[in-house]
Amino acid sequence: MGESSRVPAGTTAGDVILRVEHLVKHFPLTQGVLFKQHVGDVKAVDGVSFDLRRGETLGIVGESGCGKSTLARLLVRLETPTAGRALFEGRDIFELDGPDLRGLRRNLQMVMQDPYTSLNPRMTVGDIVGEPFEIHPDVAPKGSRRAKVQELLDLVGLNPEHISRYPHQFSGGQRQRIGIARAIALRPQVIICDEPVSALDVSIQAQVINLLEELQAELGLAYIFIAHDLSVVRHISDRVAVMYLGKIVEIGTDEEIYERATHPYTQALLSAVPVPDPAARGTRTVIRLEGDVPSPANPPSGCRFRTRCWKAQAVCAEEEPALALRPDADPHPSACHFAEQA
Amino acid sequence: MSETRGPAADDVAAIEAPRSLSRDAWFDLRRNPVFWIAATLVALMVLIAAFPWLFSAIDARTAPCSLIDSLRAPDRDHWFGFDKQGCDVYSRVIYGARSSVLVGVFSTLLTSVVALVVGILGGFYGRWIDAILARVTDIFLGIPPLLGAVVVAKALSGHDLGIWPVVLALGLLGWPSAARVFRSSVITARHQDYVNAARILGAGHARIMFRHILPNALAPMVVVLTILLGTFIAFEATLSFLGVGPRHTISWGVDIAEAQRWIREASFPLMFPAGFLTATVLAFIMLGDAVREAFDPRLR
Amino acid sequence: MKSGNAASGHLLELRDLFVEFHTRDGVARVLNGVSYHVDAGETLAVLGESGSGKSVTAQTIMGILDMPPAVVRSGQVLYDGRDMLAMTDGERRAIRGAEIAMVFQDALSALNPVFPVGWQIAEGLRIREGRSKAEAMAMAIELMERVRIPAARERVRDYPHQFSGGMRQRVMIAMALALGPKVLIADEPTTALDVTVQAQIMDLLAELQRDTGMALILITHDLGVVASVADRIAVMYAGRIVEHAGVHALYARPAHPYTRALIDSIPKHHGRAEALTTIKGLPPNLTRIPPGCPFNPRCPLRQEICSVALPPSIDLGDGRTSACHFAREVLDGRI
Repeated sequence: MGESSRVPAGTTAGDVILRVEHLVKHFPLTQGVLFKQHVGDVKAVDGVSFDLRRGETLGIVGESGCGKSTLARLLVRLETPTAGRALFEGRDIFELDGPDLRGLRRNLQMVMQDPYTSLNPRMTVGDIVGEPFEIHPDVAPKGSRRAKVQELLDLVGLNPEHISRYPHQFSGGQRQRIGIARAIALRPQVIICDEPVSALDVSIQAQVINLLEELQAELGLAYIFIAHDLSVVRHISDRVAVMYLGKIVEIGTDEEIYERATHPYTQALLSAVPVPDPAARGTRTVIRLEGDVPSPANPPSGCRFRTRCWKAQAVCAEEEPALALRPDADPHPSACHFAEQA
Repeated sequence: MSETRGPAADDVAAIEAPRSLSRDAWFDLRRNPVFWIAATLVALMVLIAAFPWLFSAIDARTAPCSLIDSLRAPDRDHWFGFDKQGCDVYSRVIYGARSSVLVGVFSTLLTSVVALVVGILGGFYGRWIDAILARVTDIFLGIPPLLGAVVVAKALSGHDLGIWPVVLALGLLGWPSAARVFRSSVITARHQDYVNAARILGAGHARIMFRHILPNALAPMVVVLTILLGTFIAFEATLSFLGVGPRHTISWGVDIAEAQRWIREASFPLMFPAGFLTATVLAFIMLGDAVREAFDPRLR
Repeated sequence: MKSGNAASGHLLELRDLFVEFHTRDGVARVLNGVSYHVDAGETLAVLGESGSGKSVTAQTIMGILDMPPAVVRSGQVLYDGRDMLAMTDGERRAIRGAEIAMVFQDALSALNPVFPVGWQIAEGLRIREGRSKAEAMAMAIELMERVRIPAARERVRDYPHQFSGGMRQRVMIAMALALGPKVLIADEPTTALDVTVQAQIMDLLAELQRDTGMALILITHDLGVVASVADRIAVMYAGRIVEHAGVHALYARPAHPYTRALIDSIPKHHGRAEALTTIKGLPPNLTRIPPGCPFNPRCPLRQEICSVALPPSIDLGDGRTSACHFAREVLDGRI
């Protein structure tokens, strides 16, 4: 269904646990004070489909305006989609209600980007990490909660004795660990990581990434890892999807994307990432995109990337390229009429 | 144990006791001299209102007033002298505190309850609920407060209901500004990441409102309310001055109204109640300012 | 080791700068003897994480530190041989903006939202060079074209919020260049930008530097950006320069454990089998810097002497220095 169906080498083959089909989210634009007129839509997510397998990490990269944050919010049901479905264990998450929705919440959690705003400053760490148990009392009987919270704190590398402290007494990296402890409390199967290390210092990022990987191995978690730092995404992901203006333009294993990218935007993105090796100066192909990303309220017709693409031809304006396997190119899906390796 | 597990070296949190934001604010507050001055004044006024007999040997409610003493100057036994009726001004000022402080406190309580309910419902649910509540708030905001209070107080003043007509009048007209402040801090809190995190965990509306939004949105409103308290005290005095205040109660406003007629003969029967009134109002406003500075999250 | 009073041969030089911040929790020793220099045409990268003091060095040069709570304890900021800290306010102001300019991280908060961008770019020209409004505006358009803002003539009257992040950054660069500075300080100029925009901006800075011959001080935490554009690097930790070297030498053979650990912690494309190398622990609280080497609690090579004696800046030849007791051993890869 438009994505690589091969089991990537070196990863465990699991069943598909989350299947996203043609997910669309448009935010209406209105004008007028008294009587609001609908004048258009911000097409934040405009037809995204992919699979997520048990235990794997799917990385999603893209720049501002690509829709990855909106996608994250949709998947945890902070937003309702304009169209499309997301099937978790076979059932559309947007159709769930009541106890079924609670069941979903136990299985699908999120780690957020900003460690300084994602924790309630007036709650102790113990309360924050223990809240999942208060909301889902069937997971842990009242007496055992404190012990479970301490166990979670230990699991994420924090001192369990700090259970009564407040978030502002911790550093950014430690706060992020608290957020991770909260996310894994109910032993979910899928965790959406929305830029979990972007707000942290470089030396702390590595600590948190290692933690996420250890937890994944220990608890059998599947991650959707959203980030803009391509090297971090490459390190942690099994497969990677590249987004541009609300659509996935290329998807494949980390090797396929980083070594054999076929979509011009991916190639430009990879070319723009500075390599931490001065000896590489002058040796890389330099692709520089001109201008700005078009507004998601008014995306270009046909292929959305054509206004900045050096390969653009007439057909690109007329026909939108589907995310599909392309002849003459490495066999992973790419949304370009002229997909080819650099 | 892997490198990522175990307590981090140089763990600052290890050397400190748990410190909530309130405790941090208190720490700042303690070192602010304005806070101590205001708090002392407020405490003093509350004590005077609660236990007037501790401060005045003469019970102003029952003491006889003799016209012989009319406008007699202050002396060693009667520190504030006598008013036109021959009543001891000092005991009247002491016993008058009760009316002002009680009205201030109860009106503020009434205002808080209404503002909290309106603010949280409008701020949390948004859309048409918020639209309706916002218009209601606007309507009440449009009523000139003093005039409105006078009308309500006068309408209810026929019956001997003590301070309650004034409390009702002030409470019903004072809530809009507090409600607006609270609503906007509810809206700010609602968009915070930790509220989203709670929703993702499956928290219901009640839990989000009371556990996450309320504690974080309350601080700005506390400040508004402290200042409002001071304003209400001034209002009560004004209403009493205009003759629509609580009946048969000793009040600074009434005394000021009386004393100002005879100001050319003696100024002290006016100065003392006016001075106490100003000091009390000022104390509450200063207290509110100090608390707001201490709770300002930007300084955290 | 230079003597404190020797003449400076460099365009801009910091010597032994000590800066403190007086906070509620105590005195934070933000800069503890920082020295670096830059000459015309070169790019010096000041590399460090948050709390290292790298931005404070720039703020001290530009004189934009809030003077309480900040206090400059000692040290010199030598521009063309003259100590800016010893000058009068007027002399300093003449240099700041005109000869030394700065570009900040967040263009949205650095630009005034209520004035059009052209007006802001032209402001320096009107006030400092006394040009007429029309002349200054024309020069502003030229500057906008120079920083590759498309349709500059039409957009000169637009407001900051009407530009994208990358374009706003270009506006800031245009403002900085207006008076033809000899030194440009860029404080994390691309951290808030997307990768493709970052590449455009870094290219632009390199091009402008080639055209004008100005010196560039690039303050950043991004090892990739540094590797691509810097000539020399000063690595900062807890208010000290812990290593100083040419860019090729630094990446090939770091001479300080912190630098080595930073370079090692970058995700390399070795696949997921290997966990990332980390630096355990946290940077020190600047009000309570541990005795000896400030990095010692986290250093994988720590020995007894490290928690007792502050390591001096050891000269390794070729302009390389490293503030580690075992600098030579680290450099040679013996430990």
